[in-house]
Amino acid sequence: MVDPKLLNFDTLSVHAGQHPDTDHGARAVPIYQTTSYVFRDVDHAAGLFNLERQGHIYSRISNPTVAALEERLAALEGGVGAIATSSGMSALFLAIATLMSAGDHIVSSSALYGGANNLLATTLPRFGITTTFVNPRDTDGFRAAIRPETRLVYGETLGNPGLEIMDVEAVSAVAHESGVPLMLDNTFATPVLFRPFEWGVDLSYHSITKFIGGHGVAIGGALVDSGRFDWTASGKFPTLTEPYPSYHGLRFAEEFGTQAFLIRARVEGLRDFGAPLAPQNAFYILQGTETLGIRMQRHVANTRAIVEYLSGREEVSWISYPELPDHPDHDRAARLMPDGCGAIFAFGIKGGRQAGRKFIKKLKIFSHLANVGDAKSLVIHPASTTHATMSSEQLEKAGIGEDLIRLSIGLEDPDDLIDDLSSALRASRK
Amino acid sequence: MTELLVRGARVSASCGGREPDPSLPLLVFVHGAALDRTCWQLQSRYFAFRGFSVVAVDLPGHGRSEGPLCASVEEYADWLAELVEAAGYHQAHLVGHSMGALITLEAAARHPGRISSLTLCGGAAAIPVHPGLLSAAQNGDDIAYRLMASWGHSRRSHLGGHPTPGLWMMGGSIRLWERTPPGVLASDLAACDRYRRGREAARQVGCPTLLISGSQDIMTPNRSANPLRNGIKTLAEVTIEDAGHIMIVEQPDRVIDALDGFLTGL
Repeated sequence: MVDPKLLNFDTLSVHAGQHPDTDHGARAVPIYQTTSYVFRDVDHAAGLFNLERQGHIYSRISNPTVAALEERLAALEGGVGAIATSSGMSALFLAIATLMSAGDHIVSSSALYGGANNLLATTLPRFGITTTFVNPRDTDGFRAAIRPETRLVYGETLGNPGLEIMDVEAVSAVAHESGVPLMLDNTFATPVLFRPFEWGVDLSYHSITKFIGGHGVAIGGALVDSGRFDWTASGKFPTLTEPYPSYHGLRFAEEFGTQAFLIRARVEGLRDFGAPLAPQNAFYILQGTETLGIRMQRHVANTRAIVEYLSGREEVSWISYPELPDHPDHDRAARLMPDGCGAIFAFGIKGGRQAGRKFIKKLKIFSHLANVGDAKSLVIHPASTTHATMSSEQLEKAGIGEDLIRLSIGLEDPDDLIDDLSSALRASRK
Repeated sequence: MTELLVRGARVSASCGGREPDPSLPLLVFVHGAALDRTCWQLQSRYFAFRGFSVVAVDLPGHGRSEGPLCASVEEYADWLAELVEAAGYHQAHLVGHSMGALITLEAAARHPGRISSLTLCGGAAAIPVHPGLLSAAQNGDDIAYRLMASWGHSRRSHLGGHPTPGLWMMGGSIRLWERTPPGVLASDLAACDRYRRGREAARQVGCPTLLISGSQDIMTPNRSANPLRNGIKTLAEVTIEDAGHIMIVEQPDRVIDALDGFLTGL
């Protein structure tokens, strides 16, 4: 059998989206620190503005450094393209604003990052977009929550912070039965551990601040389109199928086909709402993509070692990591993410809130802060920080107890991390 | 977007964002095997806003056009001549890519009175198809899409660098082929493989013709166009550096420049 010679993941993670600079031969992706780009001539300028020619006009809409990162992320995720944004939250908002208008509705997993929960539950209703939250393990619940005005089914690959894993294929089928796409936040898994488009997901987005950037130095987000969802056949997305006055009545789905969503998101979303990724930040995150594969392997190996260690400690009342046999989604995790379930997990500390405070205070290598997915190991108490705006009822619905400690395991030597945890656990008893 | 009726079947076509104007010359874009109108998205918009009525057509059974598929390049060529008439025109400028280049070449030979000019992108007198690819397509094996992507793009394009910011063209091409209904790729590749009239058709072409080639095209390599060079009376050529067989997607601006220069000079 003939063999297609397509480049593999680790090669794409280093090279995709970039050719050596033609003027100077720069091997690294240059930082195009420029707001704007000189047109070749008047006709070229007109062509760019009318979407007949492609290229860069103004860095709010696109930038060569950012574009290299976008292509690379699309290549790694297996999509048709990507848009990088100033944060993961802006990527989520860009997706929603591109697909929806006032009166539309979202069905979302209830196990979400606190910021995403806040956008859906509190902020978007002010603009007429409402959300029904569903336990991510309840596939029938997704079906029951879908209404005629539903335009998106949404969740996280690994729920935050309980690492709930939905039955992705089944939820995808439920969404598609109703003519709406499924979008997942794939931040915690990265395309190294989970390739959403191979399981029926239509759109994915990332906080590339986390593992993809990998070093905690730059905030960014990315929205990736599989190119598989048929907006025209659905008939529910007038922003993509009806004439758009801003471009002489352009119908994005008819003209751009598989790229319709991304083109509209860029030429309307970035143009009108802003929030592009800065080229300097794109450069930092590009450095992260080059080592993504090997870093995720190490993140997972360290996490497995620490989960095993904590499993034997009497101060720990429970651990939620999908590779453990007692995790409710253990079998699903083995099927969807055989190479590992990421490097973020939660555990319960005996003694509740007070023990948790002592534990965090004693840690030396783990940093207490509001982030995950860094080369450095991190720790946080979600009930008092990332999810602090949620009510007790919402916290309970999201599976977040006051004893819950979330760890993000970094790339340090696992023995040193275990020593650090050991002394902090001892301190938590005092 | 416009819809035409040819042989009783609904034909879908992009107009490049501007409704056709009967007072303007007709420019028809014809896609390649198992592709659709959207591969001409930039070219169709460019010329629609520069003095042409554009029809970037979905061939029968492709994209949003109703079937049935045509069984041969010759049958597609006759269908294309009927499409020009259905669009309300007696003559059209034709632009074809890959299988679409075979179709437009044959149409220019069979229906000389209907064709004002001919542009062949990735054109050749014949496009024999690798037996492994034919077999994969016939078996519905999605390795066929990856083979097409692997061979269709230049090595440079395998790394990306698309002029449309953020678009990953390898993924985009594979996704387009995946969306094609079952059997279409096998039928199209078989039609290409069986086509033998290229040399004769080239000698029958009387209209001005432009051949646009990719310097790294391994599906229709440079030598495969020699019968066109020897046969077509008025042939201009443009070679796009670092482009493969899918140059219309890999380097759309260069294709626009070449086509613009050619059409302007007619």
